[in-house]
Amino acid sequence: MRHKLIVAAALALFVIAAGIASAEDALPKLTTTTPPFTEGIFPCTACHASMPPNKEKRTLSFHTEIQLKHGDNWCLNCHDAANRDMLHMANGDLIPFEKLYQVCGQCHGNIYRDWKIGIHGKRVGYWNGDKTYYLCVNCHDPHSPKFKPLKPLPVPAGPKEIMKIKGTVPVVIEDKKLYVPEYDK
Amino acid sequence: MKRRDFIKSVAIGLGGLLIPADKSDASLWETFFQKYFREMTPEEKKNIAKRLEKEYKEKTGVSINIKTNEALPGVKYGYGLDLSRCIGCRRCVYACVTENNLSRKPQVQYITVLEFKNGEKWVSDLEESKKYYKHDEVPAPGHFYMPVQCQQCDNPPCVKVCPTKATWKEPDGIVVVDYNWCIGCRYCMAACPYGARKFNWAEPTVPPEQFNPNTHYLGNRPKFNGHVEKCTFCIQRTRENPGRYPACVEICPVGARKFGNLLDPESEISQCIEKKRVFRLKEELNTNPSFYYFFSL
Repeated sequence: MRHKLIVAAALALFVIAAGIASAEDALPKLTTTTPPFTEGIFPCTACHASMPPNKEKRTLSFHTEIQLKHGDNWCLNCHDAANRDMLHMANGDLIPFEKLYQVCGQCHGNIYRDWKIGIHGKRVGYWNGDKTYYLCVNCHDPHSPKFKPLKPLPVPAGPKEIMKIKGTVPVVIEDKKLYVPEYDK
Repeated sequence: MKRRDFIKSVAIGLGGLLIPADKSDASLWETFFQKYFREMTPEEKKNIAKRLEKEYKEKTGVSINIKTNEALPGVKYGYGLDLSRCIGCRRCVYACVTENNLSRKPQVQYITVLEFKNGEKWVSDLEESKKYYKHDEVPAPGHFYMPVQCQQCDNPPCVKVCPTKATWKEPDGIVVVDYNWCIGCRYCMAACPYGARKFNWAEPTVPPEQFNPNTHYLGNRPKFNGHVEKCTFCIQRTRENPGRYPACVEICPVGARKFGNLLDPESEISQCIEKKRVFRLKEELNTNPSFYYFFSL
């Protein structure tokens, strides 16, 4: 009798565990995009492996295209001197580039909190299924994070101009083709 | 013959005479005698969709798919728009035009992006807003932006005034229009306090090669002259399972647009309502919108 009870209990536990596992599988998956590296720049160790790290804050002779306009920061506040292919937290923990939101979240905690629950930032995919999260750096240049102004798409036609349209031209934005009007002059 | 029967047969006879005899093919008859959409069985809905697909194919040579799938159970759609982030770039406007097969000429657009000067009177009074703003780059310094589209009201004034019941609220919260049932009286446009309903003043044109073939009967299917249409939260995308985000959400370069199920406490929109200061446009009119504006800063 006792053996039977134990077996039954074990079976029940197994069933519950399997149920929890399958419920977790059913949850929408959250994936992130990849950081938009400049072509040929990654892995950083391709060049840096043979260079002794110079930790002094200075104007670089390479990477001149980077204008650092991000608080009073310096490369090695985020990039790791010992392992150039990684970022590091303030406490020295190494973070891969794909999880850079942890590094950003150290200072921008409120934004990081909003990003995790979907209030800040952009998600694409399925509202009740798999979603892709844009990383911080997909929208903000980490070296100059203020969002850059954009060229707006054409003005809508006024009430008397809805027929004064020459045609439509395609505009490609983020791999999506949008059709915008071309007006008669 | 009773007086009542006489009037009935005269009415039916006159109705029959109204059908143009020269092109009385099956399709025309079926269109004329089409039942009310909400009273149709799923099978009848499918047949109507097939007929419309065939008509479009005959007209343009392009094959499209018209879905008639019903609302997902346990879903009430909600929309959030972050006014702290919107930069007024109008990408949403044209993503919507492209996705929903809106007429290119005459121009029809579901989304109106309004520009306000900082500190200007707004929300209660949209008269100071600019719709036709022209800038080389946005956001223009000293201005902010508020896109307005259908608010998918829970107490929709547009539905109340429709004399033919051609517009109604679906169980998932989307206010839809049956373009075949709409007589184009535009009462709903007068009733809507958000200017969200748009009228086809002439035969709508979309170049067939630009036509999005993934359509829904209540959404972006081919439209015609003289009827009203409106934003449906991209019903053809969102009502799938799993459902995609609306086109305007996916194109927004600043991630200002949020979409999800209001009945799911973990969805983005529910989290916005819980964690941020939200407001609904012209809430004092008791329209009870499902569209929440908020400030993340």
